[in-house]
Amino acid sequence: MTTEIQTTLRKTPLNATHRALGARMTSFGGFELPVEYTGILEEHMAVRTAAGLFDVSHMGQIEIRGREALALVQYVTCNDASRLAAGQAQYTALLYPQGTFVDDLVVHKITDAHYFLCVNASNGEKDYNWIRRQNRFDATVENTSDRYTQLALQGPRAAAILQPLTALELPALRTYRFSFGKVLGVECLVARTGYTGEDGFELYFDPAESEKLWNGLLKSGKSKGLLPVGLGARNTLRLEACYPLYGHELDDTTTIWEARLDWICKLEKGEFIGREALRAQKEKGLERILVGFEMRDRGIAREGYPVVIAGRACGRVTSGSLAPWLKKNLGLAYVPVAASAPGTRLAIRIRGSEVPAEIVPTPFYKRAK
Amino acid sequence: MYPREYRYTREHEWIKLEGERATIGITHYAQEQLGDIVFVELPKAGAEFAVLEAFGTVESVKAVSELYSPVSGRVEEVNTSLNENPALLNREPHGAAWLIKIRVKDPSELNSLLTAEQYEAFLESSA
Repeated sequence: MTTEIQTTLRKTPLNATHRALGARMTSFGGFELPVEYTGILEEHMAVRTAAGLFDVSHMGQIEIRGREALALVQYVTCNDASRLAAGQAQYTALLYPQGTFVDDLVVHKITDAHYFLCVNASNGEKDYNWIRRQNRFDATVENTSDRYTQLALQGPRAAAILQPLTALELPALRTYRFSFGKVLGVECLVARTGYTGEDGFELYFDPAESEKLWNGLLKSGKSKGLLPVGLGARNTLRLEACYPLYGHELDDTTTIWEARLDWICKLEKGEFIGREALRAQKEKGLERILVGFEMRDRGIAREGYPVVIAGRACGRVTSGSLAPWLKKNLGLAYVPVAASAPGTRLAIRIRGSEVPAEIVPTPFYKRAK
Repeated sequence: MYPREYRYTREHEWIKLEGERATIGITHYAQEQLGDIVFVELPKAGAEFAVLEAFGTVESVKAVSELYSPVSGRVEEVNTSLNENPALLNREPHGAAWLIKIRVKDPSELNSLLTAEQYEAFLESSA
Protein backbone atom coordinates (compact mmCIF):
# COMPACT_ATOMS: atom_id res chain seq x y z
CA MET A 1 0.00 0.00 0.00
CA THR A 2 1.52 3.32 -1.01
CA THR A 3 0.97 6.49 0.98
CA GLU A 4 1.62 9.28 -1.52
CA ILE A 5 0.15 12.50 -0.24
CA GLN A 6 0.36 15.29 -2.79
CA THR A 7 1.29 18.71 -1.46
CA THR A 8 -1.81 20.23 -3.07
CA LEU A 9 -4.12 18.47 -0.59
CA ARG A 10 -5.93 20.71 1.85
CA LYS A 11 -5.68 20.07 5.56
CA THR A 12 -8.37 20.39 8.20
CA PRO A 13 -7.46 22.38 11.35
CA LEU A 14 -7.02 19.09 13.24
CA ASN A 15 -4.49 17.56 10.83
CA ALA A 16 -1.59 17.59 13.31
CA THR A 17 -3.84 16.23 16.05
CA HIS A 18 -4.79 13.23 13.93
CA ARG A 19 -1.16 12.52 13.10
CA ALA A 20 -0.24 12.79 16.77
CA LEU A 21 -2.90 10.17 17.51
CA GLY A 22 -1.16 7.86 15.05
CA ALA A 23 -3.81 8.10 12.35
CA ARG A 24 -3.11 6.62 8.93
CA MET A 25 -3.93 9.44 6.51
CA THR A 26 -5.46 9.39 3.05
CA SER A 27 -6.73 11.84 0.48
CA PHE A 28 -10.48 12.39 0.13
CA GLY A 29 -12.45 15.17 -1.53
CA GLY A 30 -9.26 17.22 -1.94
CA PHE A 31 -8.35 16.91 1.76
CA GLU A 32 -5.83 14.90 3.76
CA LEU A 33 -7.89 12.99 6.32
CA PRO A 34 -7.55 10.05 8.72
CA VAL A 35 -8.70 6.73 7.29
CA GLU A 36 -8.17 4.95 10.62
CA TYR A 37 -6.59 5.42 14.05
CA THR A 38 -6.70 2.13 15.98
CA GLY A 39 -8.23 0.10 13.15
CA ILE A 40 -11.39 0.22 11.04
CA LEU A 41 -13.04 -2.77 12.72
CA GLU A 42 -12.51 -1.49 16.26
CA GLU A 43 -13.65 2.02 15.32
CA HIS A 44 -16.78 0.71 13.58
CA MET A 45 -17.73 -1.40 16.61
CA ALA A 46 -17.14 1.54 18.95
CA VAL A 47 -19.71 3.64 17.07
CA ARG A 48 -22.32 0.85 17.24
CA THR A 49 -21.73 0.05 20.93
CA ALA A 50 -20.41 3.25 22.53
CA ALA A 51 -19.42 6.30 20.46
CA GLY A 52 -17.04 7.62 17.85
CA LEU A 53 -15.72 11.10 17.10
CA PHE A 54 -15.17 12.12 13.47
CA ASP A 55 -13.44 15.17 12.04
CA VAL A 56 -15.72 15.96 9.10
CA SER A 57 -14.40 19.47 8.50
CA HIS A 58 -13.77 18.62 4.88
CA MET A 59 -17.51 18.96 4.27
CA GLY A 60 -18.74 22.21 2.79
CA GLN A 61 -21.12 24.82 4.12
CA ILE A 62 -23.18 27.18 1.97
CA GLU A 63 -25.46 29.82 3.48
CA ILE A 64 -28.45 31.33 1.74
CA ARG A 65 -29.87 34.55 3.13
CA GLY A 66 -32.43 37.18 2.20
CA ARG A 67 -36.09 37.88 1.76
CA GLU A 68 -36.44 35.09 -0.83
CA ALA A 69 -34.01 32.64 0.75
CA LEU A 70 -36.70 29.95 0.99
CA ALA A 71 -37.72 30.49 -2.63
CA LEU A 72 -34.16 29.84 -3.79
CA VAL A 73 -33.81 26.75 -1.58
CA GLN A 74 -37.14 25.43 -2.89
CA TYR A 75 -36.12 26.04 -6.50
CA VAL A 76 -32.78 24.22 -6.38
CA THR A 77 -33.68 21.30 -4.07
CA CYS A 78 -36.26 18.51 -4.37
CA ASN A 79 -37.46 18.16 -0.77
CA ASP A 80 -40.01 20.59 0.66
CA ALA A 81 -38.11 23.14 2.76
CA SER A 82 -41.32 25.11 3.43
CA ARG A 83 -42.19 22.44 5.99
CA LEU A 84 -39.17 23.28 8.08
CA ALA A 85 -39.57 25.08 11.38
CA ALA A 86 -36.70 27.24 12.63
CA GLY A 87 -34.23 24.81 14.18
CA GLN A 88 -35.18 21.95 11.89
CA ALA A 89 -33.15 20.25 9.15
CA GLN A 90 -33.91 17.93 6.24
CA TYR A 91 -31.98 15.61 3.94
CA THR A 92 -32.44 16.67 0.32
CA ALA A 93 -30.72 16.93 -3.07
CA LEU A 94 -29.66 19.51 -5.62
CA LEU A 95 -30.78 18.25 -9.04
CA TYR A 96 -29.98 18.93 -12.66
CA PRO A 97 -32.85 19.49 -15.10
CA GLN A 98 -32.65 15.78 -16.00
CA GLY A 99 -33.50 14.87 -12.41
CA THR A 100 -29.95 13.64 -11.76
CA PHE A 101 -27.77 14.66 -8.82
CA VAL A 102 -25.62 17.72 -8.41
CA ASP A 103 -25.22 16.65 -4.76
CA ASP A 104 -27.05 15.30 -1.73
CA LEU A 105 -27.06 17.53 1.34
CA VAL A 106 -28.73 18.59 4.57
CA VAL A 107 -30.58 21.92 4.70
CA HIS A 108 -30.98 23.59 8.11
CA LYS A 109 -33.51 26.39 8.58
CA ILE A 110 -32.08 28.99 10.93
CA THR A 111 -34.68 31.68 10.18
CA ASP A 112 -37.07 32.49 7.33
CA ALA A 113 -34.22 34.53 5.85
CA HIS A 114 -31.27 32.22 6.63
CA TYR A 115 -30.67 28.64 5.49
CA PHE A 116 -27.51 26.66 6.31
CA LEU A 117 -26.54 23.90 3.87
CA CYS A 118 -24.05 21.13 4.60
CA VAL A 119 -22.71 19.63 1.37
CA ASN A 120 -20.16 17.03 0.27
CA ALA A 121 -16.51 18.07 0.35
CA SER A 122 -15.90 17.02 -3.25
CA ASN A 123 -18.84 19.13 -4.46
CA GLY A 124 -18.44 22.32 -2.41
CA GLU A 125 -17.33 24.62 -5.22
CA LYS A 126 -19.64 22.98 -7.75
CA ASP A 127 -22.71 23.31 -5.49
CA TYR A 128 -21.90 26.92 -4.64
CA ASN A 129 -21.49 27.89 -8.30
CA TRP A 130 -24.61 25.95 -9.28
CA ILE A 131 -26.82 27.64 -6.68
CA ARG A 132 -25.43 31.09 -7.54
CA ARG A 133 -26.16 30.49 -11.22
CA GLN A 134 -29.76 29.53 -10.42
CA ASN A 135 -30.27 32.50 -8.12
CA ARG A 136 -32.88 34.72 -9.71
CA PHE A 137 -34.28 35.63 -6.30
CA ASP A 138 -33.84 38.34 -3.70
CA ALA A 139 -31.29 36.22 -1.85
CA THR A 140 -27.53 35.93 -1.36
CA VAL A 141 -25.43 32.78 -1.56
CA GLU A 142 -22.20 32.45 0.39
CA ASN A 143 -19.62 29.65 0.56
CA THR A 144 -18.80 29.63 4.28
CA SER A 145 -16.90 26.32 4.43
CA ASP A 146 -13.76 27.96 5.81
CA ARG A 147 -15.67 29.40 8.77
CA TYR A 148 -16.49 26.09 10.40
CA THR A 149 -14.83 23.08 11.89
CA GLN A 150 -17.36 20.25 11.81
CA LEU A 151 -17.21 17.30 14.18
CA ALA A 152 -19.56 14.32 14.32
CA LEU A 153 -20.13 12.51 17.62
CA GLN A 154 -22.04 9.30 16.87
CA GLY A 155 -23.19 6.29 18.86
CA PRO A 156 -25.60 5.19 21.62
CA ARG A 157 -23.49 7.03 24.23
CA ALA A 158 -23.11 10.25 22.22
CA ALA A 159 -25.72 12.17 24.25
CA ALA A 160 -24.24 10.99 27.55
CA ILE A 161 -20.82 12.16 26.41
CA LEU A 162 -21.97 15.55 25.13
CA GLN A 163 -24.43 16.52 27.89
CA PRO A 164 -21.87 17.27 30.64
CA LEU A 165 -20.17 19.73 28.26
CA THR A 166 -23.20 21.85 27.36
CA ALA A 167 -26.21 23.63 28.87
CA LEU A 168 -28.30 22.60 25.86
CA GLU A 169 -30.96 20.12 26.94
CA LEU A 170 -30.14 17.25 24.63
CA PRO A 171 -33.24 15.13 25.39
CA ALA A 172 -35.30 17.99 23.90
CA LEU A 173 -33.18 18.04 20.73
CA ARG A 174 -34.86 15.45 18.51
CA THR A 175 -33.55 13.86 15.31
CA TYR A 176 -32.93 16.36 12.52
CA ARG A 177 -33.39 19.31 14.88
CA PHE A 178 -30.59 21.70 15.74
CA SER A 179 -29.85 24.41 18.25
CA PHE A 180 -27.26 27.07 18.97
CA GLY A 181 -25.48 26.77 22.29
CA LYS A 182 -22.14 26.51 24.03
CA VAL A 183 -20.14 23.32 24.20
CA LEU A 184 -17.11 23.63 26.47
CA GLY A 185 -17.77 27.38 26.37
CA VAL A 186 -17.57 27.50 22.56
CA GLU A 187 -20.55 28.73 20.53
CA CYS A 188 -21.76 25.85 18.31
CA LEU A 189 -24.55 24.86 15.99
CA VAL A 190 -25.46 21.47 17.44
CA ALA A 191 -27.52 19.26 15.10
CA ARG A 192 -28.91 15.82 15.84
CA THR A 193 -27.83 14.50 12.48
CA GLY A 194 -25.30 11.98 11.23
CA TYR A 195 -24.22 9.46 8.65
CA THR A 196 -23.72 6.29 10.68
CA GLY A 197 -27.19 4.93 11.42
CA GLU A 198 -26.74 5.67 15.16
CA ASP A 199 -27.97 8.48 17.36
CA GLY A 200 -25.53 11.36 17.36
CA PHE A 201 -24.68 14.99 16.87
CA GLU A 202 -22.84 17.17 14.40
CA LEU A 203 -21.17 20.28 15.76
CA TYR A 204 -20.27 23.33 13.66
CA PHE A 205 -18.05 25.99 15.24
CA ASP A 206 -15.13 28.43 14.90
CA PRO A 207 -12.04 26.60 13.60
CA ALA A 208 -9.87 28.43 16.18
CA GLU A 209 -11.50 26.20 18.82
CA SER A 210 -10.90 22.92 16.98
CA GLU A 211 -8.40 21.37 19.37
CA LYS A 212 -10.32 22.49 22.45
CA LEU A 213 -13.50 20.73 21.35
CA TRP A 214 -11.83 17.66 19.83
CA ASN A 215 -9.70 17.02 22.90
CA GLY A 216 -12.51 17.98 25.30
CA LEU A 217 -14.94 15.53 23.69
CA LEU A 218 -12.37 12.72 23.64
CA LYS A 219 -11.60 13.35 27.30
CA SER A 220 -15.27 13.44 28.32
CA GLY A 221 -15.98 10.27 26.40
CA LYS A 222 -12.92 8.24 27.26
CA SER A 223 -14.51 6.42 30.20
CA LYS A 224 -17.57 5.72 28.04
CA GLY A 225 -15.54 4.07 25.27
CA LEU A 226 -15.36 7.01 22.85
CA LEU A 227 -12.79 6.52 20.10
CA PRO A 228 -11.62 8.80 17.30
CA VAL A 229 -12.95 7.33 14.04
CA GLY A 230 -11.70 7.77 10.47
CA LEU A 231 -13.08 7.58 6.97
CA GLY A 232 -12.65 3.83 6.72
CA ALA A 233 -15.22 3.13 9.42
CA ARG A 234 -17.34 6.10 8.27
CA ASN A 235 -17.78 4.22 5.01
CA THR A 236 -18.55 0.81 6.54
CA LEU A 237 -21.02 2.41 8.96
CA ARG A 238 -22.95 4.28 6.26
CA LEU A 239 -22.92 1.20 4.02
CA GLU A 240 -24.57 -0.93 6.71
CA ALA A 241 -27.21 1.79 7.14
CA CYS A 242 -27.61 2.00 3.33
CA TYR A 243 -26.87 5.71 3.13
CA PRO A 244 -25.80 6.64 -0.39
CA LEU A 245 -22.46 8.27 -1.13
CA TYR A 246 -22.05 10.83 -3.90
CA GLY A 247 -19.81 9.53 -6.63
CA HIS A 248 -20.98 5.97 -5.92
CA GLU A 249 -24.79 5.62 -5.65
CA LEU A 250 -25.49 9.21 -6.65
CA ASP A 251 -24.07 11.18 -9.56
CA ASP A 252 -25.09 13.12 -12.63
CA THR A 253 -26.33 9.96 -14.38
CA THR A 254 -28.67 8.64 -11.67
CA THR A 255 -32.12 9.99 -10.79
CA ILE A 256 -33.99 10.30 -7.49
CA TRP A 257 -36.29 7.35 -8.28
CA GLU A 258 -33.43 5.10 -9.41
CA ALA A 259 -31.57 5.84 -6.18
CA ARG A 260 -34.71 5.00 -4.19
CA LEU A 261 -34.78 8.46 -2.60
CA ASP A 262 -38.48 8.97 -3.38
CA TRP A 263 -39.03 10.04 0.21
CA ILE A 264 -37.02 13.27 -0.21
CA CYS A 265 -38.68 14.24 -3.51
CA LYS A 266 -41.85 16.30 -3.17
CA LEU A 267 -43.17 16.79 -6.70
CA GLU A 268 -46.24 18.62 -5.41
CA LYS A 269 -44.31 21.33 -3.51
CA GLY A 270 -44.04 23.57 -6.56
CA GLU A 271 -41.53 24.22 -9.34
CA PHE A 272 -37.98 22.98 -8.84
CA ILE A 273 -35.11 22.06 -11.15
CA GLY A 274 -35.54 18.47 -12.29
CA ARG A 275 -39.26 18.27 -11.48
CA GLU A 276 -40.48 17.81 -15.06
CA ALA A 277 -37.90 15.16 -15.90
CA LEU A 278 -38.73 13.24 -12.72
CA ARG A 279 -42.45 13.43 -13.40
CA ALA A 280 -41.85 12.06 -16.90
CA GLN A 281 -39.64 9.25 -15.66
CA LYS A 282 -42.21 8.30 -13.02
CA GLU A 283 -44.87 8.01 -15.71
CA LYS A 284 -42.67 6.11 -18.12
CA GLY A 285 -41.30 3.76 -15.49
CA LEU A 286 -37.75 2.98 -14.46
CA GLU A 287 -35.27 0.80 -16.26
CA ARG A 288 -32.87 0.32 -13.38
CA ILE A 289 -32.94 0.70 -9.63
CA LEU A 290 -30.58 0.61 -6.65
CA VAL A 291 -30.56 -2.62 -4.63
CA GLY A 292 -28.67 -4.06 -1.71
CA PHE A 293 -27.14 -7.53 -1.91
CA GLU A 294 -25.43 -10.05 0.32
CA MET A 295 -22.65 -12.38 -0.79
CA ARG A 296 -23.65 -16.02 -0.58
CA ASP A 297 -20.18 -17.47 -1.03
CA ARG A 298 -16.70 -16.43 0.10
CA GLY A 299 -15.64 -13.13 -1.42
CA ILE A 300 -15.86 -9.38 -0.86
CA ALA A 301 -17.68 -7.32 -3.49
CA ARG A 302 -16.07 -3.94 -4.08
CA GLU A 303 -16.84 -0.81 -6.01
CA GLY A 304 -16.56 -1.33 -9.75
CA TYR A 305 -16.86 -5.13 -9.77
CA PRO A 306 -19.24 -6.38 -12.51
CA VAL A 307 -22.71 -7.58 -11.54
CA VAL A 308 -23.99 -10.61 -13.48
CA ILE A 309 -27.66 -11.65 -13.56
CA ALA A 310 -28.88 -14.66 -15.56
CA GLY A 311 -25.54 -14.86 -17.32
CA ARG A 312 -25.48 -11.22 -18.44
CA ALA A 313 -23.25 -8.49 -17.08
CA CYS A 314 -25.72 -5.74 -16.19
CA GLY A 315 -23.92 -3.15 -14.14
CA ARG A 316 -21.30 -2.64 -11.49
CA VAL A 317 -21.12 -2.58 -7.72
CA THR A 318 -21.39 1.06 -6.53
CA SER A 319 -20.25 0.32 -2.97
CA GLY A 320 -19.23 -2.92 -1.32
CA SER A 321 -17.34 -4.15 1.70
CA LEU A 322 -17.18 -6.41 4.66
CA ALA A 323 -19.81 -5.07 7.10
CA PRO A 324 -18.11 -5.28 10.51
CA TRP A 325 -21.19 -5.13 12.76
CA LEU A 326 -23.34 -7.46 10.67
CA LYS A 327 -20.34 -9.70 9.89
CA LYS A 328 -21.39 -10.13 6.29
CA ASN A 329 -20.07 -9.07 2.89
CA LEU A 330 -22.57 -6.56 1.50
CA GLY A 331 -22.93 -4.22 -1.41
CA LEU A 332 -25.08 -1.83 -3.41
CA ALA A 333 -25.60 -1.85 -7.16
CA TYR A 334 -27.95 -0.63 -9.89
CA VAL A 335 -29.74 -3.54 -11.57
CA PRO A 336 -32.53 -3.85 -14.16
CA VAL A 337 -35.90 -3.27 -12.48
CA ALA A 338 -37.13 -6.66 -13.67
CA ALA A 339 -34.38 -8.32 -11.63
CA SER A 340 -34.53 -6.15 -8.51
CA ALA A 341 -36.78 -8.06 -6.09
CA PRO A 342 -35.30 -9.36 -2.84
CA GLY A 343 -34.41 -13.00 -3.31
CA THR A 344 -33.09 -12.49 -6.84
CA ARG A 345 -29.87 -14.42 -7.36
CA LEU A 346 -26.94 -12.63 -8.92
CA ALA A 347 -23.20 -13.00 -9.16
CA ILE A 348 -20.36 -10.60 -8.60
CA ARG A 349 -17.30 -11.03 -10.77
CA ILE A 350 -14.32 -11.00 -8.41
CA ARG A 351 -10.97 -11.26 -10.18
CA GLY A 352 -12.40 -13.46 -12.93
CA SER A 353 -14.62 -15.70 -10.78
CA GLU A 354 -18.39 -15.24 -10.52
CA VAL A 355 -19.27 -15.40 -6.85
CA PRO A 356 -22.93 -15.95 -5.90
CA ALA A 357 -24.91 -13.22 -4.15
CA GLU A 358 -28.55 -12.43 -3.44
CA ILE A 359 -30.62 -9.24 -3.37
CA VAL A 360 -31.85 -8.54 0.16
CA PRO A 361 -34.26 -6.02 1.71
CA THR A 362 -32.69 -2.77 2.83
CA PRO A 363 -31.54 -1.11 4.99
CA PHE A 364 -29.08 -3.83 5.99
CA TYR A 365 -28.89 -2.30 9.46
CA LYS A 366 -31.41 -0.27 11.40
CA ARG A 367 -30.69 0.61 14.98
CA ALA A 368 -33.09 -0.67 17.61
CA LYS A 369 -35.39 2.06 18.90
CA MET B 1 11.63 -8.46 14.53
CA TYR B 2 12.48 -10.25 11.30
CA PRO B 3 13.63 -13.86 11.80
CA ARG B 4 17.18 -14.31 10.62
CA GLU B 5 16.55 -17.73 9.11
CA TYR B 6 13.85 -16.42 6.73
CA ARG B 7 14.39 -14.78 3.37
CA TYR B 8 12.34 -11.80 2.18
CA THR B 9 11.02 -10.12 -0.97
CA ARG B 10 10.42 -6.47 -1.82
CA GLU B 11 6.73 -7.40 -2.04
CA HIS B 12 6.88 -8.07 1.70
CA GLU B 13 6.63 -11.84 1.75
CA TRP B 14 8.88 -14.15 3.74
CA ILE B 15 9.99 -17.70 2.94
CA LYS B 16 11.50 -20.30 5.25
CA LEU B 17 13.35 -23.13 3.51
CA GLU B 18 13.34 -26.56 5.15
CA GLY B 19 15.10 -29.02 2.86
CA GLU B 20 13.04 -29.28 -0.34
CA ARG B 21 9.99 -27.68 1.22
CA ALA B 22 9.36 -24.07 2.17
CA THR B 23 6.80 -22.10 4.17
CA ILE B 24 5.63 -18.73 2.82
CA GLY B 25 3.93 -15.81 4.55
CA ILE B 26 3.66 -12.02 4.61
CA THR B 27 5.79 -9.81 6.81
CA HIS B 28 4.91 -7.79 9.86
CA TYR B 29 5.35 -4.65 7.76
CA ALA B 30 2.82 -5.94 5.22
CA GLN B 31 0.10 -6.65 7.79
CA GLU B 32 0.71 -3.30 9.44
CA GLN B 33 0.30 -1.49 6.12
CA LEU B 34 -2.87 -3.40 5.30
CA GLY B 35 -4.63 -2.71 8.58
CA ASP B 36 -7.34 -5.11 9.77
CA ILE B 37 -7.18 -8.17 7.49
CA VAL B 38 -10.66 -9.51 6.79
CA PHE B 39 -10.26 -12.00 3.94
CA VAL B 40 -7.60 -14.34 2.61
CA GLU B 41 -7.76 -16.21 -0.67
CA LEU B 42 -5.25 -19.03 -1.07
CA PRO B 43 -4.66 -21.63 -3.80
CA LYS B 44 -5.48 -25.31 -3.49
CA ALA B 45 -2.91 -28.01 -2.80
CA GLY B 46 -1.42 -29.13 -6.11
CA ALA B 47 -1.38 -25.69 -7.70
CA GLU B 48 1.94 -24.69 -9.23
CA PHE B 49 3.44 -21.23 -9.43
CA ALA B 50 6.43 -19.67 -11.09
CA VAL B 51 8.56 -17.13 -9.26
CA LEU B 52 6.71 -13.77 -8.92
CA GLU B 53 3.43 -15.30 -10.08
CA ALA B 54 0.35 -14.23 -8.09
CA PHE B 55 -0.86 -17.08 -5.93
CA GLY B 56 -3.61 -15.45 -3.89
CA THR B 57 -4.87 -12.29 -2.25
CA VAL B 58 -5.04 -10.75 1.18
CA GLU B 59 -7.79 -8.23 1.77
CA SER B 60 -8.15 -5.53 4.38
CA VAL B 61 -11.36 -3.56 4.78
CA LYS B 62 -10.23 -1.03 2.20
CA ALA B 63 -7.76 -2.80 -0.03
CA VAL B 64 -6.99 -5.96 -2.00
CA SER B 65 -3.36 -7.02 -2.03
CA GLU B 66 -1.99 -9.69 -4.35
CA LEU B 67 0.43 -12.31 -3.07
CA TYR B 68 3.43 -13.13 -5.26
CA SER B 69 5.36 -16.37 -5.05
CA PRO B 70 8.97 -15.75 -3.95
CA VAL B 71 10.10 -18.95 -5.70
CA SER B 72 8.76 -21.54 -8.16
CA GLY B 73 7.04 -24.53 -6.65
CA ARG B 74 3.97 -26.66 -6.02
CA VAL B 75 1.56 -26.02 -3.14
CA GLU B 76 1.43 -28.92 -0.69
CA GLU B 77 -0.35 -27.40 2.30
CA VAL B 78 -2.64 -24.38 2.76
CA ASN B 79 -3.36 -22.63 6.06
CA THR B 80 -7.15 -22.95 5.95
CA SER B 81 -7.51 -21.59 9.50
CA LEU B 82 -7.14 -18.15 7.89
CA ASN B 83 -10.54 -18.57 6.21
CA GLU B 84 -12.33 -18.34 9.54
CA ASN B 85 -9.72 -16.27 11.30
CA PRO B 86 -8.11 -13.76 8.90
CA ALA B 87 -7.26 -11.49 11.85
CA LEU B 88 -4.57 -14.02 12.83
CA LEU B 89 -2.51 -12.59 9.97
CA ASN B 90 -2.31 -9.28 11.80
CA ARG B 91 -1.27 -10.96 15.07
CA GLU B 92 1.09 -13.76 13.95
CA PRO B 93 2.32 -12.95 10.43
CA HIS B 94 5.69 -14.69 10.91
CA GLY B 95 4.36 -17.74 12.72
CA ALA B 96 0.92 -19.22 13.09
CA ALA B 97 -0.47 -17.22 10.15
CA TRP B 98 1.82 -18.79 7.51
CA LEU B 99 0.00 -18.94 4.17
CA ILE B 100 1.21 -21.95 2.17
CA LYS B 101 3.80 -24.70 2.30
CA ILE B 102 5.34 -25.62 -1.03
CA ARG B 103 7.71 -28.08 -2.63
CA VAL B 104 10.49 -25.89 -3.99
CA LYS B 105 11.41 -26.45 -7.62
CA ASP B 106 14.80 -24.72 -7.61
CA PRO B 107 16.30 -23.86 -4.19
CA SER B 108 18.88 -21.57 -5.83
CA GLU B 109 16.07 -19.10 -6.47
CA LEU B 110 16.30 -18.21 -2.78
CA ASN B 111 19.77 -16.77 -3.32
CA SER B 112 18.35 -13.68 -5.00
CA LEU B 113 16.02 -12.95 -2.08
CA LEU B 114 16.81 -10.53 0.73
CA THR B 115 18.26 -11.54 4.07
CA ALA B 116 16.61 -10.21 7.22
CA GLU B 117 19.22 -7.44 7.45
CA GLN B 118 18.73 -6.50 3.79
CA TYR B 119 14.94 -6.46 4.23
CA GLU B 120 15.22 -4.22 7.27
CA ALA B 121 17.50 -1.88 5.32
CA PHE B 122 15.00 -1.92 2.45
CA LEU B 123 12.21 -0.90 4.85
CA GLU B 124 14.38 1.90 6.27
CA SER B 125 15.19 3.26 2.82
CA SER B 126 11.60 3.32 1.65
CA ALA B 127 10.27 4.98 4.82
